[in-house]
Amino acid sequence: MQRPATSSVKSAISGGVHLSVKHDSGHKHVSGEAVYVDDIPEPPGTLQIYIALSQRAHARITRLDVAAVKAYPGVVCVATAEDIPGVNDVSPFKGDDPMFADGLVEYHGQSLFAVAADSIAVAREAAKRAIVEYEDLPAIIDIDAAMEAGSLLEPPYAFGRGDPDAAIAAAPHKVEGRIYIGGQEHFYLEGQAAFAVPGEDEDVTVYCSSQHPTEIQHKVAHVLGIPNHAVTVEMRRMGGGFGGKESQGNLPAAAAALVAKLTGRPAKCVYDRDDDMVLTGKRHDFRIDYRVGFDADGVIAGIDYVQAVRCGMSYDLSPAIADRAMFHADNTYYLANARITSYRCKTHTVSNTAFRGFGGPQGMVAMERVIDHIAHALGKDPLEVRRANFYDHFLAKPAVARNLTPYHQTIEDCVIQDIVDELVETSSYAARRAEIRAWNAKSPILKRGIALTPVKFGISFTNTMMNQAGALVHVYTDGSIALNHGGTEMGQGLNIKVAQVVAEEFQVDLDRVKITATHTGKVPNTSPTAASSGSDLNGMAARNACLAIKERLVAFLAERHQCAGSDIAFLPNRVRVKGEELPFDTVIGDAYRARVHLSAAGYYATPKIHWDRAAGKGRPFFYFAYGAAVSEVAIDTLTGENRILRADILHDVGKSLNPVIDLGQIEGGYVQGAGWLTTEELVWDDKGRLRTHAPSTYKIPACSDRPIDMRVSLWEKGRNVEETIYRSKAVGEPPLMLGISVLMALSDAVASTANYAVYPALDAPATPERILMAVERVKAAGGRA
Amino acid sequence: MRDSVTFILNGSRHVATGVSPATTLLQYLRGTLRLKGTKEGCAEGDCGACTVVIGELIDGVVRHRAVNACILLLPMLEGRSVTTVEGLAGADGALHPVQQAMVEEHGSQCGFCTPGFVMSLYATYVSEDRPGPQRINDILAGNLCRCTGYGPIVKAARSMYDAPRANAADESKVLSDIAHDETVTLEGDGARAFVPATLDALADLAEAHPDAVIVSGATDVGLWITKQHRRIPTFIFTTRVAELRGVTRAGNTLSIGAGATWSDLHAPLGVIYPELGELLRRFASVQVRNSATIGGNIANGSPIGDGPPALIALGARLVLRKGKARRTLPLEDFFIAYGKQDRAAGEIVVGVEVPVIDEPARFKAYKVSKRFDQDISAVCGCFNITLAGGVVQEARIAFGGMAATPKRATAVEQALVGKPWSEATIAAVLPAFETDFTPLTDMRGSAAYRMLVAKNLLRRYFHETQHALSETRLVGDSAAFA
Repeated sequence: MQRPATSSVKSAISGGVHLSVKHDSGHKHVSGEAVYVDDIPEPPGTLQIYIALSQRAHARITRLDVAAVKAYPGVVCVATAEDIPGVNDVSPFKGDDPMFADGLVEYHGQSLFAVAADSIAVAREAAKRAIVEYEDLPAIIDIDAAMEAGSLLEPPYAFGRGDPDAAIAAAPHKVEGRIYIGGQEHFYLEGQAAFAVPGEDEDVTVYCSSQHPTEIQHKVAHVLGIPNHAVTVEMRRMGGGFGGKESQGNLPAAAAALVAKLTGRPAKCVYDRDDDMVLTGKRHDFRIDYRVGFDADGVIAGIDYVQAVRCGMSYDLSPAIADRAMFHADNTYYLANARITSYRCKTHTVSNTAFRGFGGPQGMVAMERVIDHIAHALGKDPLEVRRANFYDHFLAKPAVARNLTPYHQTIEDCVIQDIVDELVETSSYAARRAEIRAWNAKSPILKRGIALTPVKFGISFTNTMMNQAGALVHVYTDGSIALNHGGTEMGQGLNIKVAQVVAEEFQVDLDRVKITATHTGKVPNTSPTAASSGSDLNGMAARNACLAIKERLVAFLAERHQCAGSDIAFLPNRVRVKGEELPFDTVIGDAYRARVHLSAAGYYATPKIHWDRAAGKGRPFFYFAYGAAVSEVAIDTLTGENRILRADILHDVGKSLNPVIDLGQIEGGYVQGAGWLTTEELVWDDKGRLRTHAPSTYKIPACSDRPIDMRVSLWEKGRNVEETIYRSKAVGEPPLMLGISVLMALSDAVASTANYAVYPALDAPATPERILMAVERVKAAGGRA
Repeated sequence: MRDSVTFILNGSRHVATGVSPATTLLQYLRGTLRLKGTKEGCAEGDCGACTVVIGELIDGVVRHRAVNACILLLPMLEGRSVTTVEGLAGADGALHPVQQAMVEEHGSQCGFCTPGFVMSLYATYVSEDRPGPQRINDILAGNLCRCTGYGPIVKAARSMYDAPRANAADESKVLSDIAHDETVTLEGDGARAFVPATLDALADLAEAHPDAVIVSGATDVGLWITKQHRRIPTFIFTTRVAELRGVTRAGNTLSIGAGATWSDLHAPLGVIYPELGELLRRFASVQVRNSATIGGNIANGSPIGDGPPALIALGARLVLRKGKARRTLPLEDFFIAYGKQDRAAGEIVVGVEVPVIDEPARFKAYKVSKRFDQDISAVCGCFNITLAGGVVQEARIAFGGMAATPKRATAVEQALVGKPWSEATIAAVLPAFETDFTPLTDMRGSAAYRMLVAKNLLRRYFHETQHALSETRLVGDSAAFA
């Protein structure tokens, strides 16, 4: 990939946009040559850092004595809150995440101090020598306790439209209920890791595994009390992120940088799996109450949601996550009268953080639960109720529009009808549903269930400011191209997609384009690679950089060849100037010699978006991504064990930048979403200790958990109505929510045990235990089927 | 005695000396040898990112098996070969067909789990033909991927056979060259290990060092080191003792050496007891079963191991040896209390005698866990109920996960004996479970769930004596769905 290929005259470049190009690091992944932070060769003298963790959920620290830690043989440095030259904070924005606890701990596992030694074993052993005395304070662990105690991070926030109370009261049918939705551990295979090398003056370079190198830069500067320019952050790749490396890398990076500056030695902080799972935030768990009124067709007249969110001990990104849960409380459905109220609970548990979907999935699960509940109340196929409530198709022009969201954005791109119609057909949904019911009647122990759920996911950071990106493109004199952008590669294929954009713009083969590590010294002031926005933002920024260089090349060629700009065209690996075709290399060499600037910084800011949070009105999203899934499951009514038999997915990625990469995101997202709602259960005990802190106790999907029969398709008619990069759509997060179909299919299977007479009200995650208990519940309430 | 450990690493002889015997292979590869391709994902043998392939000379033939390097201790490598991801590509740098298939099928996204998957696939590639869907799930059960959803990796597991076969280098010569019968010791960082080659040497060492920790597969002891950070001064490894790995049948008794791995046992036990084969298929993962032994699974006394309830239900006896003295006892009597077994200092578990019952199909084993594969049971229930003329003649029922030790359901057994084998009898005996067990609530299940499941497993057993297994099975060969 590094060497430019010799230019060849052909009809198309290799590796342009819309092509299924392999992940650029694939060959390095399989050979073990891909370098992650912990693989970087260590200079002699590199120190290993262990972070000592609180053993209380909520307590005042009455004594912290690290003298014996410092005296332990092999220990080089012990850093506590007192050793921080700048500000003792690693929070993303609020200032409420102490790097090291200073007199107060607010979760079991909170960082107390750092120990650096030549080996991690010595550092860990030494840490045990600290004398830590606590004065226990009452600890609030879960949502119920927080809501009862009124323990909130900030006042409740609500938005909506119409008059839901009146609409519900007037509706001929009503249901209400409550659903608990569990959190989720990211379980990126590579744990948090940072490696800091001290430089001259105040300088420090940090190599890290982070979705947000700019924030790492800022937090390191903040902690060290130095300007941002003194901190350089380089990020080549992550071994998985999923949102867990948006803000959670701040602590290890700051610890590594602090130790490096205190000792003058390189320092590394790599969490082991257990510490990682204890120390870092997770997907927020929710408790959502709903009251809904509807007509005989299931059309929703009014709905009232109360979402209670476990934020943990601090803000982290919780307000934006809780907001996004509210933005997705409608999913694909028009809610004429809606109120969504959100309580952001403060608990003495780890501060929950970003996770693929960022609150959206939880809001959406509740909406799908409501639909399922309505359908059950009316004795209808939930699909009918779903269809009855969809937002208007974007081409439909009904007399009375049904396309305004509860946050007053008009939906202008709804294609869910097309996707669902096609999927119902290709998945044989109706016939299978009938067959399953007949089968269940004859199967006393095993029961099957099926559900189709749609997804509509808003694309853009809801904090409008963050929707900006930069890129840096250099064309070297040999015609090879170096690409840098502000996004980060966590496996999702962002780098290859942006490289395809650059190849396409210059009309050169992809192997001319070298992708380089994300680097705060090359592209500054970046946003995190999050909100599915990576290729939308960075692809556009890279494109703009290419366009700037192309514009200079066109001006140069037009002048030299005395022609109009319109006489010049970039053809595959060559440039046509009037009738003549020049190899790309030749043009670049000529341009250099003619003193044309062959480097450009590109910049992009998403248009059209705005959000007035106080008013609860605006257009927070540039556009929406759509998709739908049909899942079929089977349960064992004696044990609650279950498995996914088949999944059919149809997902809209607009005009795909790279179909095979997008399919990988969709398939992986679905399985991750299914895992969240089934086997992945986080358990805290009454002392606030996380009991599921390793893969032996926390069960992400294994190979056999994927559907026996899995059929994933991109929606071929997809095309973004907005001017996104080559009319593609974001794909990182939306497919996760296709997994909601599994929860609804399990609910269908449970309902069968009492002949569909009792609503199962299945909470998530639907572990074997929850399923078995739901089976017992519906049987007890409805008599044996 | 030799004071160094000799093994073959990616084709070349390697000698380790003066290293702590508590060093894991993963630490040694990444730290000492700076081979960074093998990753640490969990350090407890549950994610497979550290998977490497071990070669062993068994009866003149080299057998290659995937193991977790994160919980494999260095002394266990004596006389074996290790292949890491760095050892696969050709001399010209060309990717191995396994690696190439993973690239072609888009089997990697973030890439961190990938070397482990590659090595699991490589172990399969060099030792078996193209696997079917169930077998692929099994060989990959010990490798977690958080990105792909596994589909592309499953495709690679099939298409890797498409290219012309690349055979593994024949290691029989190099492995014979380093084979010997001397006891090996390894000493470093205040710890020492003995790695005897014969059963007599093992028994003598165990008697001479009664405080030593006896280690077979290290799939539990490895975690004492990587998770609990315990310091163990003296180890004795059974790994090299070939006499401990035999499986022989005399009459209606299967005599199994304590050092037989669960992989070794899958075929000989599964052929007699298909239900035990199915239990072993889901017992941990390939990597763990390739290291873990039947003796270790019993000797560590865990209340949640899946081996003991099955063996107790079958009426197995345990064989122990101290010096030259042997004794046997019913397996259930070995488990005295949580963390306490009937094993004297210096005594070692040397074997298990498993009866071959007259009607093997009446034995059934049920493993219930949050996830089907590579998960510790919330409840493991094993049943062996003998009927005569529609009446229960004898009942052996044992459970894991229901008490502080693997335990027989004696009250249930007694309630059943002499009763007609009927739904009414089952309903009548269910309350006896509450006499037998007071299970705990933990992250794997509540006490109420465990109790309900235990009762339901007896109901399932009854149902399965009356109906086809496909009416009750979600997974395995008899599953309703494939």
